[in-house]
Amino acid sequence: MSDQTPDKPGSPGGPGSPDSTDKMPENVPAPTGEVGQVGVRQGMFGVSGTGDTSGYGGLVSAVTFPAPAQRPFGGWFDEVADALETATRAAGLEHALGDVVIHRGEITFHVRREDIGAVARVLRDDPALRFEFCSSVSGVHYPDDTGRELHVVYHLGSMTWNRRIRVEVTAPDSDPHVPTVSDTYPAADWHERETWDMFGIVFDGHPALTRILMPDDWPGHPQRKDYPLGGIPVEYKGGTVPPPDQRRSYN
Amino acid sequence: MSTDQDMYAGASETTEGRVFTVTGQDWDAISEGLAEEAEERVVVNMGPQHPSTHGVLRLILELEGETVTDARCGIGYLHTGIEKNMEFRTWTQGVTFCTRMDYLSPFYNEATYVLGVERLLDIEDDVPEKAQVMRVLLMELNRLSSHLVAIATGGMEIGALTVMTVGFRERELVLDLFELITGLRMNHAFIRPGGVAQDLPVGALEEIRSFIALMKKRLPEYASLCNANPIFKARLEGVGHLDLEGCTALGLTGPVLRSTGYPWDLRKTQPYCGYEDYEFDVQTWDTADAYGRFRVRLAEMWESLRIVEQAADRLAGLEGAPVMVADKKIGWPSQLSIGSDGMGNSLDHIKHIMGESMEALIHHFKLVTEGFRVPAGQAYVPVESPRGELGAHVVSDGGTRPFRAHFRDPSFHNLQATSVMSEGGQVADVIVAIASIDPVMGGVDR
Repeated sequence: MSDQTPDKPGSPGGPGSPDSTDKMPENVPAPTGEVGQVGVRQGMFGVSGTGDTSGYGGLVSAVTFPAPAQRPFGGWFDEVADALETATRAAGLEHALGDVVIHRGEITFHVRREDIGAVARVLRDDPALRFEFCSSVSGVHYPDDTGRELHVVYHLGSMTWNRRIRVEVTAPDSDPHVPTVSDTYPAADWHERETWDMFGIVFDGHPALTRILMPDDWPGHPQRKDYPLGGIPVEYKGGTVPPPDQRRSYN
Repeated sequence: MSTDQDMYAGASETTEGRVFTVTGQDWDAISEGLAEEAEERVVVNMGPQHPSTHGVLRLILELEGETVTDARCGIGYLHTGIEKNMEFRTWTQGVTFCTRMDYLSPFYNEATYVLGVERLLDIEDDVPEKAQVMRVLLMELNRLSSHLVAIATGGMEIGALTVMTVGFRERELVLDLFELITGLRMNHAFIRPGGVAQDLPVGALEEIRSFIALMKKRLPEYASLCNANPIFKARLEGVGHLDLEGCTALGLTGPVLRSTGYPWDLRKTQPYCGYEDYEFDVQTWDTADAYGRFRVRLAEMWESLRIVEQAADRLAGLEGAPVMVADKKIGWPSQLSIGSDGMGNSLDHIKHIMGESMEALIHHFKLVTEGFRVPAGQAYVPVESPRGELGAHVVSDGGTRPFRAHFRDPSFHNLQATSVMSEGGQVADVIVAIASIDPVMGGVDR
């Protein structure tokens, strides 16, 4: 149903249309694998195995996220990227910065996870950056993004420059550790606790990483994609309504 | 009532010391019990069910006499998993969920989510002007009703019951307008990706105008009741102090930040929904305390009235203009009308899809069953809610449902300032400090 044309090469095409498989040039996974294909969508109704009698079961389309941008980024994006590169190099963090993604007018810096604490300090304190406002920290779970299933997304704002950026780090499911930024942004405290609570990401160095929304003795981390969902018992000839992630639905 | 008769009000010994459980009216048990102990330090667990904690907020206070030495919040009692739920509904249905988060400012929840979805769809410039003006109108009316509740409940918590009654009296008028325009007093799900759900009903503009006229008479009542009231000032002045450095370090936004004198307002600094076209001023105060926050809210209500007035004037010239994006693959198809059997799809629309246009029928069917697909990516479009920066981090994997929606709720964020605002003060001032943040637990816990 999506016939919109991509605004520029490298941006995702209409992932929904049946013909937008990974053959189309705009859907070719990003070369570095940094923000490339993170999965494959099959069929149309979220059903696997038998049960899909719709005739759409053979559809295969790649799930691709916006690819890394190339210089020049345009506008103030270049200034921030330059300042960040200079400042991280001065702080001895040569390899901290990864890809830069620009999508829909928002810029995302991918940062190596072991450096996020130091990079946050640079982002806040460097006079050319001055991202003094950590607006939110949130997690995203991409179960198909092998080796980097867990993403932590920081939304930073600069009141001095009136700018906004997004910083993203990834961690594998097998080692869900990310350094804390709460020593730089004290208010990231609760956001990191929430991300731990919901995704099981451990923020090393956090002063008191405990559950915040779920009860203290709750098992599991509810917003992970593999968290089991409950069905609804229906008393009609033993029938049950399956959990929402196993129902027939568009995907 | 003696403690051995009340099963809920007993005393027991633990390794941490003696524990008293009281539920009100039986405070004598504590004071008698404490008289025997030599210890001055008492840990009070206030809430989660307590009328003056603004909902189900739990406060853990460490006291020495009347002085609070440590204050911590316990939250999560109203967690309903809205973000997770949204992952199993279409993009349009997501509005129905997120409107329920911060129940005092539903339009802001909807707006920030919808703006994020529209950015991912790349239709930000295609949303019709009338839809944007209606969003602004509803959001500013909502700011009025939310600030009225903030002032009303804040007054109630310090014993000013008249402030409470007049505050809710005026809020009722705003809710009547919401009911007229959206059909519901709360949880509207009215702002939709691509526009708003419906056009303005007949007679709405006249109602809004008479409301504005009435509010211009009523708002000064708050000023004359509170602004120079010695009891009100004695309770609020210098309480919950947090200066600009503190606010910036903790990332506080909204009236708390503006009460330090810093005019940071996203409607001015990073405009959305066409806020750059309206004339209004960012209100600040310079005392950085609970009284300053009260004055900021009071002044902001006047500014909201100004914006509502301008929006109503613009709407008068936009009669019959579309309120939903023209793209038939995104714009919700239904045109509701009131029939003899209640509200439902308008007969004209039924006639159109059933008898005239097969494409319209297909679009209707596809949108209602499948929804629309949103290109993969992530967006964050914050709005200035009555409590500060409210933003939705919307992630799509190209499917018909949100891959992840995370809300940065200002109450959640600002509540972290409870400790610095209330430690070193008196127990009674904790209530005032928290009321001045104006947290709404539905938004905090989501």
